This record gives sequence, C-alpha cells and structure tokens, in this order.
Amino acid sequence: MIEYRAKCSNRFIEGYHRCRKNDLTMRIVVAKPGLDGHDRGAKVIARALRDGGHEVIYTGLRRTPDEIVRIVIDEDAGAVGLSSLSGAHSVLIPRVCEGLRKSKMDNVIVFAGGIIPEQDRESLYSEGVRAIFGPGTTSTEILEFLSTIEQRSQSGDPVGVGEEAGWHW
Amino acid sequence: MALVSDLDELLEAARTGDRRSLSKLLTLVEEGHNSPLERGTGSSLGITGPPGVGKSSLIGKMIDVWVEREESVAVLAVDPSSPRSGGALLGDRMRMTNADSSDLVFIRSLATRNHPGGLMDCLTPMVDILSECGWKNILIETVGAGQSEIRVVAFADRILLVDGPDRGDIIQAEKAGIMELADLIVINKSDLPEAERAAKAVKSALSVGEDDSTPDVLMVSAHSGEGVEDLVDQLRNTTTSADRELLRVRERLISAWDYALLNSAELDITLQALEKGSITLQEAVDRIRKEV
Repeated sequence: MIEYRAKCSNRFIEGYHRCRKNDLTMRIVVAKPGLDGHDRGAKVIARALRDGGHEVIYTGLRRTPDEIVRIVIDEDAGAVGLSSLSGAHSVLIPRVCEGLRKSKMDNVIVFAGGIIPEQDRESLYSEGVRAIFGPGTTSTEILEFLSTIEQRSQSGDPVGVGEEAGWHW
Repeated sequence: MALVSDLDELLEAARTGDRRSLSKLLTLVEEGHNSPLERGTGSSLGITGPPGVGKSSLIGKMIDVWVEREESVAVLAVDPSSPRSGGALLGDRMRMTNADSSDLVFIRSLATRNHPGGLMDCLTPMVDILSECGWKNILIETVGAGQSEIRVVAFADRILLVDGPDRGDIIQAEKAGIMELADLIVINKSDLPEAERAAKAVKSALSVGEDDSTPDVLMVSAHSGEGVEDLVDQLRNTTTSADRELLRVRERLISAWDYALLNSAELDITLQALEKGSITLQEAVDRIRKEV
C-alpha cells in the first residue's frame, strides 16, 4: 500500500525525513523557551515552514528546555527551531541541545532565531546550533537552510545537534 | 519491507516505557508500515467538535484530572494539512499546557496529509500500539468541521462531541452527522451565560428521536475546570450503542472506499475522459469499480 511512502524506506529509522510525493519534508518543532511572551516571530516562521511543505508543531509560550526535549521526542521531529527574544538564549538554548544529546536525539537539527547578539553566536554554534536567524531574515532563507541540511545529511555530513560541530549556516 | 525486526525491536523497547522507541514506532506506522500488533486490540475515545469550541483546552484539563489520579493519557491530535503546500501547522499542544511535564502524558500531533484513508488507516494500529505500551486513556482529537474529519473520528471506539454556547453550530453539527455518532456530548464554556441555553438546544435536538441510547449532555468549563472531573467519571461509564457502532463502521467503510478510489490506477485517465466529456459519470464509476 501507499507506494510513494515507500520511496523513503531507507530513511525511516533516521526519522527526520518525510516523503510526500517527491518532496522530502520534515517535522519541525517551533518552540519558545523560557519566560518570553513574544511569539509573533515564531508564528510567522511556523507559517513560512508550513507553506514550505513542512509539518510544524508549535509549542506555545514559556516552555522549559526539558519540556521542549520531550516534545521533540514525542513528536519524532527532525528539527527544532528555538525563538528567543528575552536575552536568556545563552542559558536556555544550550540546555535544549544538552537535553537532546542526553536523550540520544543526536540527529535532531537545532536552529535558533530572535534577538541573539553577534558576540553570543559562536558559543551557540559550538553547542550544535546550526543556524541563527535574526530580524530581517527572509522565509526563503530559512527554507534554503533546511534544504541545505537535507543535502548535507544525504551526503553524510554532520547536521544534528549531537554530531560533530564545525559547520553552520 | 525489511523493517520487521526494527519494528519488533522498537515495540519491545516501547513496552518497557522508552518514549523514543514508541515515538519512532508511531512514525513508522504513520508512514505505512504494518503494525507488529494484531489490529483492533486497543480502545480509544474520539473527541470532536466545531473549531474554536475549546477541544484542546478541555483535553488539557482532562489530562490534569487523569494525571492527578495517576492514570496515563495518550493523545493523537489530528489537524489538516495545507492543500497547497502539503505542510501543516499543528498547534494543539499549545493548549495542553501542563501536559509536557508528566511522564503519564504522551501527545502526538498528526497531519491529515490530504490523504483521506491514509491517516485513518494508521490510526487504529497507533491506538493498538499505545494500548499495548500501557497507555490507559487514549484520545483522538479532530476538528469536526466536515465529512473528512467525521471519518477520522469514526475510527475511535467512542465519541465525545464538544460544543459551545451561542455558536449556532449545533445545527451545522447535525447537518454533518456528528450528532448521530456522539456517545456523549459536552457543552464547553459553561462559565458563559449562553451555555445553559445551548445545552437545552442540544438536548431538545436529541430528544426528537429519543430512545434508551440517547447520549447524555454535560456542561463543563475548560477555563475554570468546572465539571471536568464529572466528565472524566462519566466517560468511564459511557458506552456506545449498536446504532452508532453501525454508523461508525459505515463511515470507516466509506473512507476505505475513498482511499481505494483515489489510489486507483484508472483515476487520472478517468478524470481526463470525464473532463473531455468522452464518458459519463456512471461509466466512470463502472470503470473504476472494475479496477478497484
């Protein structure tokens, strides 16, 4: 049954690639960690990703890093986008990365957005964050990032949060 | 496909309470792999109702009650996929606020993938797997806005219809045939003044064809939590009727039929022929039926 689904059978266990006709799309959690009430940006991103053909699970406001990790596990998501405008990014985002690695979710892709100053970015990249999108980013750029991720993972390059760091968008 | 051993292994790990394995297993089943379990061993409660009536919020409160009683809850929250992009925005979790901090709760958001029958085909095995892995209360949530959503909820073993005050939607619900399927009806937002009237309207709509199996109508407020405990108690005793079982099976058959139709090899050719006007609708049906 359902022939077109069979096309991605070799990727099933990796979990993060979905087949729909010929497109490979992902399940992506969009999360707001910590005490941060501003989710306009996260909602716009969620819609842009949906319009790009992805299945987006939006968590709502004020989630703890542990909750976000659990949501990624339960939803079997391939990627998680963390939106932070509260200034707590250097604490909360590494905790999510850490939690994912501890739960053996090493192949999950972590990307971030919001207000994250330039000087804080390098340490987040070294935690396994693969992209940081600031104000003014176009939705096309984020979709390009995701398709680059797809190409990289197909050729076996590290993309997940628990895989060797070194590359970022 | 050569994944039978993977599926068995995942099931084994999921049985011991490994959420990651459970989650992966559900993904595989969603993508069309055969479940390692016999079909129909689990039992589920479908929750449906018009958009914006507070289904997710109410489920959030019901989860709180079950967790307080140390009963586990698993929710399969179904939302539509965008017909244009094929993507989906799945936002049911954001209303179930306390759900992600307890080990007793598992929530999986599912997109319909514009695939009538496709998703429904995997709902039953998903429920079986959750049941096998020890989840006591298994819910399927879907917006009851049209025929395809009714077909989703018809895959549950019992159905709870949620409606709200002053919406005029109960007429819509009746039209869509959800009322006939409901084993229990709740009016949410009982804290609002019009709720009482809505409950009366629903009761009077039901009493027209009254018999022993007429569903009860309860009032709850997901906002204040009032009535939610009673609802959870009532659910334990709610049974379905033979009439409704027949209706559900009918909906399931129709969705299986749709699925076969849409996956028919003759579909494209038949559509083109119809467009050109070279065959009639009846001939088209005959042609596809021969192939199906």
